[in-house]
Amino acid sequence: MAEWTVFVVCAVAAVAAGAAVFRVDSMARATFALLASFVFTAVPVLLLDLAYLGVLIVLMMTMEMVVMAVFMIMFMMNPAGLMPMTMVHNTKGALAISIAVFCVLAAGALLVPWPRESAPPPADPTLQLGEAIMGDDMLVMMVAGLVLFATMVSGVVLATGRGRYDRYGDDLRGRPDDPIRGGVGR
Amino acid sequence: MIDADDAVHWWGLVLAPALLAAYAYAAAAGSAARTARASGAPAAAALAAPAREAAGLLLRRRRTVPGADTLLWRVGIASVPVAAVMAVLVVPVGGRAIADLSIGVVWFNAMEVLLWGGMWLAGWGANSVWGLVGGYRYLIQGLSHELPHMFALTTAAVGAGSLRVGDIAAAQQDVWFVLVMPAAFVVYLVSALAMSFWPPFDQPVGRDLSGGAAAEPSGPDRLVLLAGRHAMLAAAAAMAVPLFLGGGAGPLLPGWAWSLLKAAAVLALLVWAGGRVPAVRMDRFAEVGWVVLLPLVLLQALAVSVFVVAGWM
Repeated sequence: MAEWTVFVVCAVAAVAAGAAVFRVDSMARATFALLASFVFTAVPVLLLDLAYLGVLIVLMMTMEMVVMAVFMIMFMMNPAGLMPMTMVHNTKGALAISIAVFCVLAAGALLVPWPRESAPPPADPTLQLGEAIMGDDMLVMMVAGLVLFATMVSGVVLATGRGRYDRYGDDLRGRPDDPIRGGVGR
Repeated sequence: MIDADDAVHWWGLVLAPALLAAYAYAAAAGSAARTARASGAPAAAALAAPAREAAGLLLRRRRTVPGADTLLWRVGIASVPVAAVMAVLVVPVGGRAIADLSIGVVWFNAMEVLLWGGMWLAGWGANSVWGLVGGYRYLIQGLSHELPHMFALTTAAVGAGSLRVGDIAAAQQDVWFVLVMPAAFVVYLVSALAMSFWPPFDQPVGRDLSGGAAAEPSGPDRLVLLAGRHAMLAAAAAMAVPLFLGGGAGPLLPGWAWSLLKAAAVLALLVWAGGRVPAVRMDRFAEVGWVVLLPLVLLQALAVSVFVVAGWM
């Protein structure tokens, strides 16, 4: 009963915080509403005895949202992303896409043959889940990880205002021309 | 999440915050006494200075800036002491923690990362340029020290083969981890200073920014922010004991006394070092963190992994 109550409260709160992302008028509130939604999502994961994954969701999502705040300042057209704004763009197209995605996900939830027997949960569900995801698809996961990382690095390289040609000159020789020298004396 | 080993000691929910507050006050009194002695004033009189300052802050009326995002601002400020208290839930004193979770190390890490969001909100919510710059300074520092810090925690967990803080302390029966993994210990101490923006990493609340993230909070808000910062330093010092200093192990005295003594010693070391080391600029520390500390602690993790695989520990 207690678990059921916690689940319902967190599920409703996660959806409400997710909806708030599109209702608030500041980038900071949208960012932290999204973080709240993720934290509420982590609680049902904890209820599934997946302690490691649940706490990891809180850890990674907090860092991710805050790093997003850094990138807002660096790259957004609206400096700092601090002015009143809206997260809703292209309303008609977005509505069509979100209805379609919702239908697909809801159909998946309804059509998947969920296990019926009440077998006792395994001793280490995190290990079981990890083997289920990573066991056969390790190669795919590793390639996906590398692609994600390469995308991040190239995104930063493309967006940076001062590349190595600005720092070292056209022949890439000599000492870097930096306004502030790095901490290790280069 | 809570199985038999994860039993929650509810009595500790009263005791742990009280202990944390006592240690946080000791850190504040210690640094006040140090400052007083450096300026020639009697050091003993300065021991009560933090209490006087706290009382003054409690009586002072809040001021605010037009356009401040009050909700996010308050949430950010409150999250600093809350994160510190939540972090010590998994820290054992003499072998007993409030909740010795099976993933205690990850829990501790997650709680301290909450400060990233909290400090940015505390800076941003005030609608003041000083606060905003202070909040971003904290993030830049965090980006520089967080990965070395995580690998320092990981190294201790690898050495014990467990993410449970109690297991890590128990694994140091023969030799303390500070001797096996000194680089990880040093990196942990550096990041403990940085995560609680303690000198020399106090640029987020630096004087050149008129107080940075702490410039606008006034009255009780300011008290909560500054007390939380001291509590975070105390929490990080307390966590160093089970991770690297053998937990409650020691001769003669009972385990809880050794845990408290060692935590006090680490806290005193951090406060002393904060007063001795010149300020570290966060833009320079970024390179130090990524080019020096991260490879160093990765090599340390590699060495410890080899020890574990070879069966030497």
